[in-house]
Amino acid sequence: MSDFEPKVVAFVCNWCTYAGADLTGTSRLKYASNVKIIRFPCTGRIDFMLLLKAFANGADGIIVSGCHPNDCHYTSGNFHAKRRWIMFKELMDFMGIDMNRVTFSWVSAAEGAKWAEVVNETVTRIREMGPYVSYKELVNKTIEEEVKNE
Amino acid sequence: MARIGVFVCHCGENISATVDCGKVAETIGKLKHVVLSTEYKYMCSDPGQTLIKEAIKEHNLTGVVVSACSPRMHEPTFRKACAEGGLNPYLCEMANLREHCSWVHEKNELTTEKAIDIVRTQVEKVKLNSALQPIKVPVTKTAMVIGGGIAGIQAALDIANTGHKVVMIERSPSIGGHMSQLSETFPTLDCSQCILTPRMVEVAQHPNITLYTYAEVESVEGFIGNFTVKVRKKAKSLDEKLCTGCGLCTTKCPQKKIPNEFEQGMGMRPAIYIPFPQAVPNRPVIDREHCTYYIKGKCKICEIVCPTKAIRFDQPDEIIELQIGAIVAATGFDIKHADFFPEYGYGRYKDIIDGLQFERLASASGPTSGVIKRPSDGQIPKNIVFIACAGSRDPAKGIAYCSKICCMYTAKHAMLYKHKVHEGKAHVFYMDIRSGGKNYDEFVRRAIEEDHVNYIRGRVSTIYERNGKLIVKGVDTLLSSMPVEIEADMVVLATAGVANSGAEELAQKLHISYDSHKFFAEAHPKLKPVETNTAGIFLAGACQNPKDIPDSVSQASGSAVKVAALFSQNELTREPLVAVVNRMGPPLHSTCVGCFLCQAVCPYQAIEREDIKTRDGKVLKSLAKINEGLCQGCGTCVALCRSKSIDLHGYSNNQVYAEVVALLNEY
Ligand SMILES: Cc1cc2nc3c(=O)[nH]c(=O)nc-3n(C[C@H](O)[C@H](O)[C@H](O)COP(=O)(O)OP(=O)(O)OC[C@H]3O[C@@H](n4cnc5c(N)ncnc54)[C@H](O)[C@@H]3O)c2cc1C
Ligand code: SF4
Ligand code: FES
Repeated sequence: MSDFEPKVVAFVCNWCTYAGADLTGTSRLKYASNVKIIRFPCTGRIDFMLLLKAFANGADGIIVSGCHPNDCHYTSGNFHAKRRWIMFKELMDFMGIDMNRVTFSWVSAAEGAKWAEVVNETVTRIREMGPYVSYKELVNKTIEEEVKNE
Repeated sequence: MARIGVFVCHCGENISATVDCGKVAETIGKLKHVVLSTEYKYMCSDPGQTLIKEAIKEHNLTGVVVSACSPRMHEPTFRKACAEGGLNPYLCEMANLREHCSWVHEKNELTTEKAIDIVRTQVEKVKLNSALQPIKVPVTKTAMVIGGGIAGIQAALDIANTGHKVVMIERSPSIGGHMSQLSETFPTLDCSQCILTPRMVEVAQHPNITLYTYAEVESVEGFIGNFTVKVRKKAKSLDEKLCTGCGLCTTKCPQKKIPNEFEQGMGMRPAIYIPFPQAVPNRPVIDREHCTYYIKGKCKICEIVCPTKAIRFDQPDEIIELQIGAIVAATGFDIKHADFFPEYGYGRYKDIIDGLQFERLASASGPTSGVIKRPSDGQIPKNIVFIACAGSRDPAKGIAYCSKICCMYTAKHAMLYKHKVHEGKAHVFYMDIRSGGKNYDEFVRRAIEEDHVNYIRGRVSTIYERNGKLIVKGVDTLLSSMPVEIEADMVVLATAGVANSGAEELAQKLHISYDSHKFFAEAHPKLKPVETNTAGIFLAGACQNPKDIPDSVSQASGSAVKVAALFSQNELTREPLVAVVNRMGPPLHSTCVGCFLCQAVCPYQAIEREDIKTRDGKVLKSLAKINEGLCQGCGTCVALCRSKSIDLHGYSNNQVYAEVVALLNEY
């Protein structure tokens, strides 16, 4: 298991966490290279179905991060995201997805060091958990079965 | 067929030191639809940009990915270069190889692999980008200034002097704000009225300024360049055109026992009143809450004595609607009063007053004509204590911030007292003296060294009355916390500056943010101190946080320049990264089912209802429609929409999906 390199996708908002991750860079803080960022204007834009798509495509872990409560560039996008997230989390849990594979956090544009911590902590956790294949298999199987049935 | 050009930047060695740029360019070059993949030392340099411009023509590119630093840094640069090369700027994306890769990882294969993943993701995204045109919106070149304190006055005059129309809304009967109540002002001790009154008159007489006093903002709709503001003109019970301001009514009004707001309750005024002699406009209003006629149904003495028959008891409030292009919020601040302090007797002791009350006592036009007399018995205090930081910097009281002006006005008060009561003793309890500002520290020093004000570093724990004296108990922390007890005749509290009443309601009407203390929030604490996060609405003065006159005036001039810059254009161009509701032919018209859940989440009220009608006006279907002028492109509605009918330019469902897939799969 030692050569397992987890694939972690980060869904972040442009104004806080993306900028915070930029600051991690400008401050030359090092973190695990397993994480790759997808930029959204705001966490409010994040459709949580994308998390399922990411898992289906082979992600082992996911980070969702935006501005701290009350700091959203669009005033309330992160509150809407948070609310939807509470529902969606239940659903994912119900579907049998291990919620330890998802990190939901707030990282501001000034928290370069925190971003490195969030990434490292997530990558370490996922590394211990091992690759995530069950959801991918489930999705592929259903598609195969569907194809067979047609 | 997509024809994508990829440019990998070395950023000197910033990227190439840890990322194998050659390998990135080579691997990406093999991707489908990538017709050019090249590397260069500095893409943002002139030759680098020229490289892009020429490649667009030479390879007939339909999309460009610049793999360099953060898009937050250079996206505008490269989009502009693309536009100059003949490619729609929104067909350019950046892959962040520096901040998100080379600077944060060690030099090894994984880092280069990550770089390749990042670039591939943007290549797949850019294939789905669409050419967008900037949104153009017209600009109404009339500004509204809300609040007629010194900040509002300065902003209005500056804007009006650029040749644009200004409407000023002031809720009290006169403009002037707190500055009109001040006696003399630090750090020069010039008389406040003398420098303020000419500016107030200038506002009233300026051909470009329309002044509405006794008026308040009722509602604000629209967006930058195009606001519709409804203003409530409260009934003054007076025909302003007929009134000459002779003031006879104010002397004859039998109801004379109303605490005078301008004198901070230290004097009385009639029910029909002009707030202070220099008021602008110099016309009375009837305070209907206290007027005998409105309470008991008879009196009307003012109507009888008015030589021009200007009194109108039946005048209703009037709502006017104005078209406005930009708004400056300048509604100022307020201060906490003595009743906020249990340790100082909750305002029970008449001779414990606040800073504004002291200003009125020291003012030549005040209730004591400038003689410092204490409220209880009119005696001149021989021993006076000033307490700085009353309430401020005290998290336990919910006010953790420094009110900024109190150190300075306390020094001023102590000085004014010493100038007026030569034999008197002035003591100041303080935590730290914060006197940053031009000639400010010198001013405080003068109070200590020339006027011999006794500064004691320490907090006052309690004040109580004993034999007609106020016993002020505190400690002197510079003398190893020795207890200090002073028998004072009068105590002045430099109480915390707080947000003005009604600030929260106004912020909500304007859709601007405010902090936990209800001060209006600037768009960026350092780089956008006069903007709000709502385009076209600016801030001036103490409505943002407590500040002194020079700071208020500078900020007001700053916001005036922002307004003038906005008004220098006939049309505004905005980034077209906004949401759209899909449309199609009949019978469906759109997949939108008209649930309007999106309306509830949009922070900018940008979602409207559009009715699809038959020729004879029958409504077939109601759809959501995005107002491009209002939408800021947060995308909250997109994620929420249950029928996936809304999409966001620049971050469309297809684009983000393609990104997820590209990020995780090698092609
Ligand atoms: C005791 C004391 C002494 C001071 N001494 C000095 C000094 O010596 N030197 C110095 O530089 N500074 C001094 N200051 C600070 C000075 O008073 C402020 O810097 C200045 O008044 C700020 O001006 P402003 O226009 O922002 O706010 P304000 O003076 O508060 O004016 C705001 C105006 O907006 C109006 N308004 C409020 N809400 C609304 C609304 N919703 N709709 C329409 N209108 C509204 C108000 O009626 C008011 O006219 C002192 C302050 C205090 C408390
Ligand atoms: S993208 Fe945001 S601002 Fe634009 S309409 Fe949707 S919710 Fe409103
Ligand atoms: S902009 Fe960062 S969460 Fe909304």
